[in-house]
Amino acid sequence: MTLTEYDISAITLTLQLAAVTTLLLMLIATPLAWWLTHTQTRWRAAVTALVALPLVLPPTVLGFYLLVLLGPRGIIGQWMQQLGLDTLPFTFGGLVVGSIIFSLPFAVQPITNAFAAIGARPIEVAATLRASQWDRFWSVAVPLARPGFITAAVLAFAHTVGEFGVVLMLGGNIPGETRVLSVAIYDHVEALEYTQAHLLSAGLVVFSFVVLLMLGRHSSQWQRVSA
Amino acid sequence: MNPPTLSLCLRFALLACLLPATAHAGQAHIAVASNFAAPMKKIAAQFEQATGHTLTLSTGATGKFYAQIKHGAPFDVFLAADAETPARLMREGDAVQSQTYAIGRLVLWSDRPGYIVGDDAVLRQNRFKRLAIANPKLAPYGAAAVEVLTQLKLIDAVQKKFVIGENIAQTYQFVASGNAELGFVALSQVIQDGRLAGGSVWVVPASFHTPIRQDAVLLKRGEHNDAARALFDYLKTPGTALTLIRSFGYER
Repeated sequence: MTLTEYDISAITLTLQLAAVTTLLLMLIATPLAWWLTHTQTRWRAAVTALVALPLVLPPTVLGFYLLVLLGPRGIIGQWMQQLGLDTLPFTFGGLVVGSIIFSLPFAVQPITNAFAAIGARPIEVAATLRASQWDRFWSVAVPLARPGFITAAVLAFAHTVGEFGVVLMLGGNIPGETRVLSVAIYDHVEALEYTQAHLLSAGLVVFSFVVLLMLGRHSSQWQRVSA
Repeated sequence: MNPPTLSLCLRFALLACLLPATAHAGQAHIAVASNFAAPMKKIAAQFEQATGHTLTLSTGATGKFYAQIKHGAPFDVFLAADAETPARLMREGDAVQSQTYAIGRLVLWSDRPGYIVGDDAVLRQNRFKRLAIANPKLAPYGAAAVEVLTQLKLIDAVQKKFVIGENIAQTYQFVASGNAELGFVALSQVIQDGRLAGGSVWVVPASFHTPIRQDAVLLKRGEHNDAARALFDYLKTPGTALTLIRSFGYER
């Protein structure tokens, strides 16, 4: 029982997708979480709900809308073509966009909670010590919110690895470009190749368990240190 | 008594008269391959009216149904998208009877009118960016598409442009949403009441690929189920079911 080239390419692609998605998500989620923690506008509730939407929507709904919106006849697709860019469905870039939207709440919520837990006090104290806004953010807020960032990154990565519905709709199952692990497993089951399906599925179960175990240990360690 | 109540009473009386005729009415669970979902809904309605039996339809992918049946899914009849899966169920003793209920026709379809001129020229010119096909490993229509391209000696030229749908429904969606300019789909997906519903099409000659046989099996669980047996016979008797199947772009 060994992994075929087909499976290895799916695993590599999945890890690449999860890594790129996590990196970009951290860049997007951090300012968004900061804004959500400190804004006073009445739009806050609406934006929070919008960010949480992928938690409750079936991934196939997201994937279908993205296929339509990003396609050559969708608003975004037409706009991209006017800029001389290729449309996103069936490309790695398209999967990254889909994964970012799909995993957004998993990155934004832990960071928002971490920022909120710091409270106004440390930031105010830093301000009285004449730290600039930028300095207050980088030297006070970010180090204090570190566990939130770690949780966000791990969850975003793991959630992207396990993604299926969005990539199925948006991907087109192209080897090395959009055929990720979950799609490969689905194909194996459909083709009655149960040995390969078991191998990959069991691998995914073990991976997910280890990730969550490490996350749990990490957060309990941190609580002990900070207590 | 006012007229509406009266007519309601009449209906009940009528129903009471009809009841003895449907006293043996049974119930059966049918698993249907997604590509045959639309015709099967109509066939089921006619069948229920003609026999008094009731059918519960579940639609899905053939491979998934196979796995579910092997693990005790409560289906009496299975209308598969291929001939292999039913044959396998027969071999493994999970099914007791088998028959071909439809033969699918492959078409090259674009949702742009005039894009395809009724032959393979558009493939030879090769000016498109993406060609949608169903996964040849899973879907008989996908395997047939690869056969056709191989026979036309175009496979190497167009292979890099493939976008692969998990099934024929998703493949259709890729083309219908404009994400792929054209794709190999089922005739049953693009015709309505015997006519092309939109876009442009090349109906691939049946001789270009192995026939896309869709077989149905009477499953072990439905062996002694009257409704299941009746449906199995209904599918093969010439008449309304056959006419319907043909009107949806299948042959037989």
